Amino acid sequence: MIGFLLRRLGLLIPTFIGVSLVAFFFIRMLPGDPVLLLAGERGLSPERYAELMSAFGFDQPLWKQYGLYIWDLLHGDFGTSISTKKPVFTEFFTLFPATLELSICAVIFATALGIPAGVIAAVKRGSGFDHTLMSTALIGYSMPIFWWALLLIIVFSSGLGWTPVSGRISLMFFFPKVTGFMLIDSLLSSQKGAFLSALSHLILPTIVLGTIPLAVIARQTRSAMLEVLGEDYIRTARAKGLSPVRVVAIHALRNALIPVITTIGLQVGTLMAGAILTETIFSWPGIGKWMVDSIFRRDYPSVQGGLVMIALIVMIVNLVVDALYGLVNPKIRHQR
Amino acid sequence: MPILEISNLSVDFRTAGGQFRAVDRVSLSIDAGEIVSIVGESGSGKSVSMLALMGLLPWTATVTADKMMFDGKDLLKLPARDRRRIVGKDMAMIFQEPMSSLNPCYTVGWQIEEMLKTHLDLPKVARKDRVVELLHLVGIPSPKERVNAYPHQMSGGMNQRVMIAMAIACNPKLLIADEPTTALDVTIQAQILDLLARLQRETGMALVLITHDMGVVAETAHRVSVQYAGQKVEEQPVATLFSDPHHPYTAALLSALPERATSEHLPSIPGVVPGQYDRPAGCLFGPRCDFATARCVEKAPLAQGALAGHALCHYPLSQGKPVGHPGPAAILEPRLSA
Repeated sequence: MIGFLLRRLGLLIPTFIGVSLVAFFFIRMLPGDPVLLLAGERGLSPERYAELMSAFGFDQPLWKQYGLYIWDLLHGDFGTSISTKKPVFTEFFTLFPATLELSICAVIFATALGIPAGVIAAVKRGSGFDHTLMSTALIGYSMPIFWWALLLIIVFSSGLGWTPVSGRISLMFFFPKVTGFMLIDSLLSSQKGAFLSALSHLILPTIVLGTIPLAVIARQTRSAMLEVLGEDYIRTARAKGLSPVRVVAIHALRNALIPVITTIGLQVGTLMAGAILTETIFSWPGIGKWMVDSIFRRDYPSVQGGLVMIALIVMIVNLVVDALYGLVNPKIRHQR
Repeated sequence: MPILEISNLSVDFRTAGGQFRAVDRVSLSIDAGEIVSIVGESGSGKSVSMLALMGLLPWTATVTADKMMFDGKDLLKLPARDRRRIVGKDMAMIFQEPMSSLNPCYTVGWQIEEMLKTHLDLPKVARKDRVVELLHLVGIPSPKERVNAYPHQMSGGMNQRVMIAMAIACNPKLLIADEPTTALDVTIQAQILDLLARLQRETGMALVLITHDMGVVAETAHRVSVQYAGQKVEEQPVATLFSDPHHPYTAALLSALPERATSEHLPSIPGVVPGQYDRPAGCLFGPRCDFATARCVEKAPLAQGALAGHALCHYPLSQGKPVGHPGPAAILEPRLSA
């Protein structure tokens, strides 16, 4: 197990170099530069422009800039945001709890609905429920996130008025940031209605961000269950005189979950990508929205640092999932 | 007093090509403490009939029977919940593939204990003790440590022993062993058969042994039921079945045993078991039978009496001679005898 973890950690190095390269060069391919955007519409004199460019180090050759960037990264320095003048690392982790809160809710939403739905569809294979679920899942998977979000806002926010349109909590509430998780902080503040307000703001973004993972998890659970239900040990379980519920929940599900857990882990990448769109549409102050804003401002250090950080998080989550896999599957546990 | 009485059991499967009859009006009666063997080729419906008895067939199967009595209870009328109280407890089954028949996610001890927990009202400590005792009973070395082993950490023979331990956990009145040794090495086969025979003697349970191995039948069974293409074609006590088979199929099976071969080449039965689309109208064994006449092709035979081993044949054999047969001239497509 330790050898396995070390091998996986070793794999992080080439991935890290690849991500930093892509982040560094792609953002510089976009037209415009941070200094021009800082100046705004009035513009600035060529002398002042050259002065600022050299102050940020953008007058150096690209390979030199990249080398310097990597050198700083290796020393734990993610750079300083050009627009806010704050360290990128601090910026990222100030905003990250908002994204994390949304992502966790989305995963809980997708798992809590997806696994039972997939199990029922597999057990009642060929039924109306099965067909409905599988076609709905296909629609959910294929639907563009931004369109789905707008649709929900039109119906539930502006039409029925059930949920707020954007933000994390109503402007009426103000309390100190303790954990960064609005649900927890609102509870800690013990202000009346704060928790419900935070919760109602979470509903639509959670559904939007959780839809694709929900569809993937439901389909994966169904196919894994179908495979497992045909196994010999399921016949053995039934030959023991166990109730159908116990056969499915105890004997089949545990085995079917093995591939499903991998799928859930792989959804972390999807979540991060989805967070960018979801947060932008719902004005959710997380790293997705921050990344988009940084790209518009050509804030090179923020975009680079954000991408590298997201990549690291995705890789670490996948590592944790692989470790979890061993917990569920004794065969893997003993191989390592 | 029979513990199990089945009469005219039929199983039909709904398939893409229409209904397929896997078991065709099979009757079987087993006394307490008896070892009955069901023999036949692959596809003869021997496993399916026992799976139907256990209620383990998929939903595509339709089970019909005139009578299905087990231990004084009518299985046909019993609601599913009550039937599950019998299955596993009084009527247990072990399967062909020990490696895939145990759940890979749970320890063998847990899986045996689950059986006790489901059917018996034992305190936890007593259950744990019973699991170790059962593993010891089926001859698993150092049972106390093996309790925590996973199926993939043990060999096929050991896993089959675990399956047996699980099946006998609640002292069943009937144990059905579906080709329990087919997937195992020859040396292990003998051990597992000895184990089953010993447990049967010690507990006095009835044992149904499904197999296609005539050697296994000769060594263990008291009575034999021969199945062909879903039908029971003969039933006899083991000694007379071997000395005087009444159905040509049984006779052909026996002469295909290497121990009985007299010529240089091992005799075989030409052709294959009829499938869903080539079922003959008359006798199902007709196309492969050395004695088949026009009557065999036209008319399905009825079962003979007990004296002729209930043989499903127009001309049951007696000491190798077909009784009432019109003579070699009437045989269709005479085959070269080996």
